[in-house]
Amino acid sequence: MIRYFREIFEGLWSLLVGLKVTGRFALAPTVTTHYPFDELEVTPNYRGHIDLVVNPKTGKDKCIVCMMCQRACPSGCITVKGEKPEGAKKKVLTEYRLDFTKCSLCGNCVEACPTSAIEFSHEYNLAGTSRHDFHYDLVERFRDRCRALGVEPKIADLTPVAPKPPES
Amino acid sequence: MIPRPDPTLETLVLNMGPQHPSTHGVLRVVLKLDGEYVLEAHPVIGYGHRMHEKMGEVRNVSGFYANVGRMDYAGALSFGHGHVLAVERMLGIEVPPRAEYIRVITTELNRIASHLLWFGAFLLDLGAFTPILYSFDDREYILDLLEHVTGARLTFSYFRVGGVNRDLDERFIQGTRVFIRRMRSRFEAYHKLVTGNVIFRKRVEGVGIISPDMIRKYGATGPVARGSGIPYDIRRVEPYSVYSELDFDIPTFPEGDCFARYRVRLAEMEQSLRIVEQALDRLPDGSVMAEKVPRKLKLGPGEVYQAVEAARGELGYYLAGDGTDVPYRLKIRPPSYSNLSLLNELASGVLLADLVAIMGSLDLVIPEIDR
Repeated sequence: MIRYFREIFEGLWSLLVGLKVTGRFALAPTVTTHYPFDELEVTPNYRGHIDLVVNPKTGKDKCIVCMMCQRACPSGCITVKGEKPEGAKKKVLTEYRLDFTKCSLCGNCVEACPTSAIEFSHEYNLAGTSRHDFHYDLVERFRDRCRALGVEPKIADLTPVAPKPPES
Repeated sequence: MIPRPDPTLETLVLNMGPQHPSTHGVLRVVLKLDGEYVLEAHPVIGYGHRMHEKMGEVRNVSGFYANVGRMDYAGALSFGHGHVLAVERMLGIEVPPRAEYIRVITTELNRIASHLLWFGAFLLDLGAFTPILYSFDDREYILDLLEHVTGARLTFSYFRVGGVNRDLDERFIQGTRVFIRRMRSRFEAYHKLVTGNVIFRKRVEGVGIISPDMIRKYGATGPVARGSGIPYDIRRVEPYSVYSELDFDIPTFPEGDCFARYRVRLAEMEQSLRIVEQALDRLPDGSVMAEKVPRKLKLGPGEVYQAVEAARGELGYYLAGDGTDVPYRLKIRPPSYSNLSLLNELASGVLLADLVAIMGSLDLVIPEIDR
């Protein structure tokens, strides 16, 4: 009989102890952020989709069209094309497309790049109405980012290089 | 055998899932009920089958980094750890000590995050809404820390064969120390709010008792085995990485009911904090990537089995190579698969509401079962 009442009392007491905890938390400051109005700072190490690295002084890219990123990608979402302008020694990037619908953000492409020509962007507010919204043309994005930085983009520049005058 | 409805009997066949909030994913359990009592419970799996093993057999090792985290989304780093350890064992690659310590620190933080997710979801199954808000607050700290070092919040793909792909910085180390202090003070609130609560105790004590014999029969591991008094933990019985240098306990509780499994996980979080703290103190300097990792990882010929302790139990990678850089066979032994297989024997004769508590206490992650 005493045990019966003790159990009831102890059970009720445990609920009061729990209520004290929730009461303390209810008066504590809010820990959440009201998202569209406030935004949290994203860590600089965040890995978003890839982007070509911009040289902010010259507006040039660092890609040498070696195709390592395209080969390293396990899902085949990178397409790189390059051409050799007349008279030049090195290939020039003409097209860099990323199919972000297939990308799983493993980072193999960035690790494979011998010239560190690609980096992770910090964009996470990605939403679209069509899957074609996620087929990125990184060369076009490169131009936009150059203009935002206030430099003239010098990418996919296929103007023939003037031949050197013959040494006399 | 999945039971079929039989109009001559007074039993009811009921589908629990594939879209049921307490199955935590696309798990379907076909129940045979006599009133409120469960006679049989047959799990039907495979709704989320994504051919991860097959993908491992058509891609090279580095192509599989992204897959490992997608099997167990709650404790992705343990899955990555097992994968790289298996490949390193096959190729005989020495990993720098700093990289191994970083792997242990991040994996243990991930284990705490996984248990916190379980803590909230389990109590949500039992009808308590408040604890998930507090546990997600703590989990958010861990995810922020891990995001800072790995670059992702859930599917990390952080471990590489030969090391890790980014070094720890001071911000992570200081943040982790602050987190350890904070987390230790939070356990008191959890115990007051949940462990002592009479409604919670009535729902979990004596419910779903798994005998040690049944654990051995079905090959259940992890907190499920330790909640039945079997001190089986891969970190202790078959030490890998740097766990043999660290001091920690394997919490076991002999009762075998849902409450014992609950207590095992809460005690494990405290042990993980101890491991992280020790590993941070002993973190050696040096490189985080082995120097002599070949560009093309040629596997074998030969085979290797590597087990690690994931948040839910023993996770095994069986890797067979035939001399090319693509594995001949990659078999994954996920812990939840074995833990789920004892459900039918466990569930016969319990109330339907208790089945929800039992399934919650097993901590099932469905993509890892289906893989």
